[in-house]
Amino acid sequence: MTSLTTNEPIRADLVGRLKNHGGLIALGVILVFNILVTPNFLHTQTLAVNISQVATIAIVAMGMTLVIATGGIDLSVGAVMALSGALAPLIFMSDFGVAYPVLGLIAALFFPLVAALICGLFNGVIVAVLKVQPIIATLILFISGRGIAQVLTNGNLQTFSNPEFSYLGTGKILGFPFQGWLAVAIACILFWVVNRTVFGRYLLAIGGNERAAKLSGGPVQRVKIGAYVICSMLSGLAGLIVVAINSASDAARNGNLMELDAIAAAVVGGALLQGGKAPIFGAILGAVIIQLVKYTLLANGVEDEVALIAKALIILAAVYIQQARKE
Amino acid sequence: MLDQNAFDLRKYISRNPQSVAVWIALIVLIAFGVLRYENFGGAYNISSFLNYNAMFIAISLGMCFVILTGGIDLSVGSVAAFTSVIAAYLSPYGIEVAMPLAILSGVAFGLFNAVCIVYLHIPPFIATLATMLGAKGGSLVISGAQTIAVDWGSNFTQLGMEKAFGLVPWTIVIVGILIVGLWIVLEMTSLGRTVLAVGGGEDATVMMGLKVNRAKIFVYALSGGCAGLAGVFLASGFGAGQPLEGVGWELSAIASVVVGGTLLTGGLGSIPATVAGALLLGLVFNILNFENGKGWISFSAYWQMVIRGAFLFAVILFQTRVMNRQSKVELAR
Amino acid sequence: MAPLLAMSGIEKHFAGIPALQGAALEIAPGEVHALIGQNGAGKSTLIKILTGLYRRDEGTIDFLGSPSHLTSPRESQIAGIATIYQELNLVPLRSVSENVVMGQEPKKLGYLIDWPEAHRRTREILSRFGIEIDVTAPLGSYSTAIQQLVAIARAVSMDAKLVIMDEPTSSLDTSEVEILFGVVKDLKASGVSVLYVSHFLDELFQICDRVTIMRDGQTVGCQDIADTTKLDLIAGMLGRNASEIASEGLTELAGDGTTYDEIVLQVDNVATGPRLTDFSMTLHRGEIVGLGGLLGSGRTEAARSIFGVDHITNGSIKLKGAEFNPAEPSDAIRAGIGLLTEDRKEEGIVPHMSVRENLTLALLPSMRKNGQIDLEKERALVEDFIRKLGIKTSHMDQPIRELSGGNQQKVLLARWLATKPDILILDEPTRGVDVGAKREIQSIIRSFVDEGHAVLLISSEFEELVEGANRIVVMHEGKAVSELTNPGITENALVKALAHHEGATT
Repeated sequence: MTSLTTNEPIRADLVGRLKNHGGLIALGVILVFNILVTPNFLHTQTLAVNISQVATIAIVAMGMTLVIATGGIDLSVGAVMALSGALAPLIFMSDFGVAYPVLGLIAALFFPLVAALICGLFNGVIVAVLKVQPIIATLILFISGRGIAQVLTNGNLQTFSNPEFSYLGTGKILGFPFQGWLAVAIACILFWVVNRTVFGRYLLAIGGNERAAKLSGGPVQRVKIGAYVICSMLSGLAGLIVVAINSASDAARNGNLMELDAIAAAVVGGALLQGGKAPIFGAILGAVIIQLVKYTLLANGVEDEVALIAKALIILAAVYIQQARKE
Repeated sequence: MLDQNAFDLRKYISRNPQSVAVWIALIVLIAFGVLRYENFGGAYNISSFLNYNAMFIAISLGMCFVILTGGIDLSVGSVAAFTSVIAAYLSPYGIEVAMPLAILSGVAFGLFNAVCIVYLHIPPFIATLATMLGAKGGSLVISGAQTIAVDWGSNFTQLGMEKAFGLVPWTIVIVGILIVGLWIVLEMTSLGRTVLAVGGGEDATVMMGLKVNRAKIFVYALSGGCAGLAGVFLASGFGAGQPLEGVGWELSAIASVVVGGTLLTGGLGSIPATVAGALLLGLVFNILNFENGKGWISFSAYWQMVIRGAFLFAVILFQTRVMNRQSKVELAR
Repeated sequence: MAPLLAMSGIEKHFAGIPALQGAALEIAPGEVHALIGQNGAGKSTLIKILTGLYRRDEGTIDFLGSPSHLTSPRESQIAGIATIYQELNLVPLRSVSENVVMGQEPKKLGYLIDWPEAHRRTREILSRFGIEIDVTAPLGSYSTAIQQLVAIARAVSMDAKLVIMDEPTSSLDTSEVEILFGVVKDLKASGVSVLYVSHFLDELFQICDRVTIMRDGQTVGCQDIADTTKLDLIAGMLGRNASEIASEGLTELAGDGTTYDEIVLQVDNVATGPRLTDFSMTLHRGEIVGLGGLLGSGRTEAARSIFGVDHITNGSIKLKGAEFNPAEPSDAIRAGIGLLTEDRKEEGIVPHMSVRENLTLALLPSMRKNGQIDLEKERALVEDFIRKLGIKTSHMDQPIRELSGGNQQKVLLARWLATKPDILILDEPTRGVDVGAKREIQSIIRSFVDEGHAVLLISSEFEELVEGANRIVVMHEGKAVSELTNPGITENALVKALAHHEGATT
């Protein structure tokens, strides 16, 4: 028994290290390939394009990581993006927004996030209080969230010119896109939340063993609802960023298939689907890998459609490796 | 009905409150439509309504089997889009070639799902989500992201337009046969009963010595095949393979199944009630169209999604309440 | 006569920990063979290897005279082994008929199930058990006892050569047990062998021919039931001489008899549902009160009612004189109660988390400092408990799943001790841990009580109750039915008290 307790952690450490390195190795391979093959890959503009694209995936993926850590899933992230993205231009282009540009801008940032928060509450309550499986519970908003956004905008593409708002998606700090900095800041905060706060500890305990957490006095419902709310609000933020990048809001396309990217990034980053782990920086790594695969294929003339298949294979491979390790 | 005892309506109602509710809702809605709108009960509306909804009924049937095992298949929409392209390409060879091969290509996707789920132990929603992406990419690649016109010279398009024996469109006949066939499979065969047992408790089913893997492979292959058939209907009904179609179909199918009273966790459900659920959802939109036609209100197409979601929400609320009540009754014994 | 089944030298490890070491079992045709042993002795593992659910690491199995390599329950069923597992393994959502006939449904036209025939056959099989129910209703709508009998009916109906019954009587009442015994005798008369696993030793003397005793994953004896006594069997299971049993000092739980008058917990006629209908007891400071009873008698439910897991529908609880009605576990924890659950894996440890994180899980609300967890305080506290309780771990950040069962249990015990509770409810605190750890855990409990705290102890190990408890409340069918007071409690007296309410099968 003693030999067991001394040997096992070393092996576990090794596996853990290999696993972390698995993602990094994949990243390294993609980078080397691109540097050798893709024209202009090491150009700052390429970097900026990729950062601005990866930021939205990463922001949503971090929220998804928290939800997955509770053993859940959130399919509604893309729909929430569409909803918040549709609301913002409606607000700052309204009569009120035009009359009071500053207040309008604040409202255009505030109310979409409130709408996202309500979506998160909705998801969280159905999952945690009504105890409906997360896939089905979040399917409701997955269907109707985008529908609401389209009803609100009548399905129209809303184009606008609002440099202040667009800063969210086009601004630069020290030469790097604003949303990249935002993603890093969010990651740091969430990392602290997961690893150092009581909420974070309960989050991991609930995903690891919900009954044990409950019997140890853990506020299971509150923590679960919290995870869905954070995920939704981050999705709402990502929706605003996408609208800001494009200076246009298209409820039909904003966040379309984002749930797949976010789940893939979270899983590639090391989140366990059965819960109990919340690797926040892993989610960023996963998002970077997914974005780079997409970019690599596009930049080398591979069709967009094939990129979809590649993404499908990445998801399957990541989950398969995860399941295989468990057994 | 299958009991040697006379059919006991009261027992049926108390055991299947939701199935009964969906039938009642369906009847009420039909009565409402017939009374309110002039042409609602006309042969043209009925025929075109059923013709259009045939593909949704088909995927709902496959989805019903998958959900009965406690799984889920998110790939049906993309697979249907894929097979519609295959069917369109094969249409010059006639319906007797195009239809079976298109369905087979759907089954192939289903088998891929099954392998991922049964042998690689990937959770169903991840496996089928990946297949959804893969099928979408695949159909865009083979079609070049264009709709593929069917061969109007062949008998392929007759499927949606010609009527069997001059009475009923072929699509409806085929779906009718599918409904009856699957009903028999579920109620009267060991395979069907194993599907139900798996959803009711997979471990227990293994312990009972039943062929669990076979049942799971069957349901995903069936769901793929049903999606394949829906793709054939799509191509023949619209005269073209539609690589961009199928978005959100999986949700319609899930909603139909759930509205029909099938438990999301599996183990309990019925084929006729699933069909009723699909018809009910379709009818809601049919009535909205008529209502728009009256000019009193104007519901944009975008409301469809919102209503679909609201429907799912209502049903989930209903199911959780029924389940809670049932588990209380169980405990009180 | 050649044996029907011969298993020998069976070895099985789980994650490196041996569950079976040289286990053996031999059953003759037409024999009713008992298999006994304490919890964790390896009975269930042995059965699961026999039915192909687990794969053995070593050893041979001969069934019907030839080596057997069954790899799934399905294969074993086809080979002629029908099993009733301890946990009900039926599908409650499906009808009674389906649960009985699935796997060998009557067919017509080759493929289609002949339902009228299936229902008729099910009714016929169930009538042997004196059950007349609507076989088309979902199984889950019937009581546990009926479900248990349906499980048995299913196994019996399979034309098996060997029927395995794992604790078949745990949820049956006296008359139902009699019916079961009748069926077992019928099986025996028709040449079918029965492997009978039970905690209720008296039953064995009624229906079994031979008995195999297991202890710590090994087979330690096999003899004719007629040549043995109940005390012999208990001695064999515990691994001690029969004369030793009566003597004292088997556990570290015995105290010096000091108690206080102060009542800390008073439970009056509490009910939470069908499994707990009328539970009363009082607990003083410095006292261990034991809860005695058989599987399913409501002991665990009693613990859950006090801890706010199950809602109280009737009766009242007074904590230190004040009304106490916890809505959820966190209320009970704040009020100074801890609950060590019976199922360590399902309700105790969080396997991914470290020893440190598991140990402080119940303590988190009080570890908050400036919005985050006070890691310094946490580490100091964990360090302290690891040393005090002698928890064997390479470091406090080692995942708890890598620890042995005994050390995991110590961590969980520390989780509750760290909350500085007044009352600890311990549900099978020494189940599935090795002998050394068992004694250490017992002495931790004793010193907790000696500090003036109180313990409600649930244990299937009679000597723990007999030696440790000041009083034992005996439970039966969700009710507290009698109370024994120390000194003066003997294992015999306890067994008698349990048996008395069990329905006098002696």
